[in-house]
Amino acid sequence: MTSWLLLAEAGASAAGTPEGGLFDLDATLPLMALQVVILTFILNALFFRPVGKAVEDREGYIVTSRAEAKEKLAQAERLEADLKAQLKDARQESQRLIVEAEQEVDRLYRAALAEATAEANASRERARREIDAERDTALSQLVKDADDLGELIVSRLLAAS
Amino acid sequence: MLPLPPALPLAELEVGQHLYWQLGNLKIHGQVFLSSWVVIGALLAVVWIGTRKMERDPRGVQNLLEFLWDYIRDLAREQIGEKAYRDWLPFIGTLFLFIFVSNWGGALIPWKLIHLPSGELGAPTADINTTIALALLVSIAYFYAGLSRKGFRYFEYYVEPTPIMLPFKIVEDFTKPLSLSFRLFGNILADELVVAVLAFLVPLVVPLPAMFLGLFTSAIQALIFATLAAYYIGEAVHEEHH
Repeated sequence: MTSWLLLAEAGASAAGTPEGGLFDLDATLPLMALQVVILTFILNALFFRPVGKAVEDREGYIVTSRAEAKEKLAQAERLEADLKAQLKDARQESQRLIVEAEQEVDRLYRAALAEATAEANASRERARREIDAERDTALSQLVKDADDLGELIVSRLLAAS
Repeated sequence: MLPLPPALPLAELEVGQHLYWQLGNLKIHGQVFLSSWVVIGALLAVVWIGTRKMERDPRGVQNLLEFLWDYIRDLAREQIGEKAYRDWLPFIGTLFLFIFVSNWGGALIPWKLIHLPSGELGAPTADINTTIALALLVSIAYFYAGLSRKGFRYFEYYVEPTPIMLPFKIVEDFTKPLSLSFRLFGNILADELVVAVLAFLVPLVVPLPAMFLGLFTSAIQALIFATLAAYYIGEAVHEEHH
């Protein structure tokens, strides 16, 4: 066991003497400085540069991936909006087509109905005219026949008398 | 002399004793380098394991490293500013990691099991040489940052907002490294001493709260050192808007 208090004191007071003491400065100082400087260069090559590169590469990778993802998201949103607009247009278009088709059908129906009605009217008219004509001919025939018969009767009567 | 019982195996206490290595005619503290090599080895091992196979979806240790990197980047960016923080991120990060692992290593690794001929292993940051070295590196860094970014306009900083500030700003250049080094050194050494003294007096349970407090202080000190270093550099490169 060494009495360290005394030794420390001795070291402090005997700074001029070469042996021992707490504040014994010697060639340890510059050599240690040199050692630390060398360590700095070694650590720079082995640790700070590669790890810094790895960390910064990753930071760059994350930043670019984020930017890319944002870009893609924006693109997807644009596409979605685009498609939604298209869908809306298509819906309106189909609605319009349906209305148009309905109108067309209606129009066709009315046209067909009108035509059929007109045709029916026409044929009825024609039939009536035919009937009238037949009746007229029949009447005139009848009148003629009656006249003939009358004449015949008259002639017979005149001949008999 | 304190009347203390004879040595307990796990609770020896040595302060100011060093394991000296001779390098030419220079002396260095061997125990500081030994423990700093363990710390640096642990750091490099974790970093090596975590960056062997980098993936975009991180797994395992890579998560930890990325968390640390993110933490250090936020710290540096907040203090230095958006424009210049990239150049200084490795320096701030190395300071933070080295001090943090040193502090926690000093508190968590059972160094006492390894016996040295002299001195004892511990946090490298508990040695004044280490902390002064780190603090001087910070001083050099902020001068270099200011001068390289603004040229000699950097010295305008000394007379902003008024020339009265000149002496204070000059004094600051000396107090910055002083306070940085002594704050770290004092906190870590004091923490080790408190734990060691408590463990010496009562080897069971009682030192635990002090140990947890020590872990907390250690983390805070690493954060403070790195934040202040980043703040000084940020102050040097800051552009005044006229």
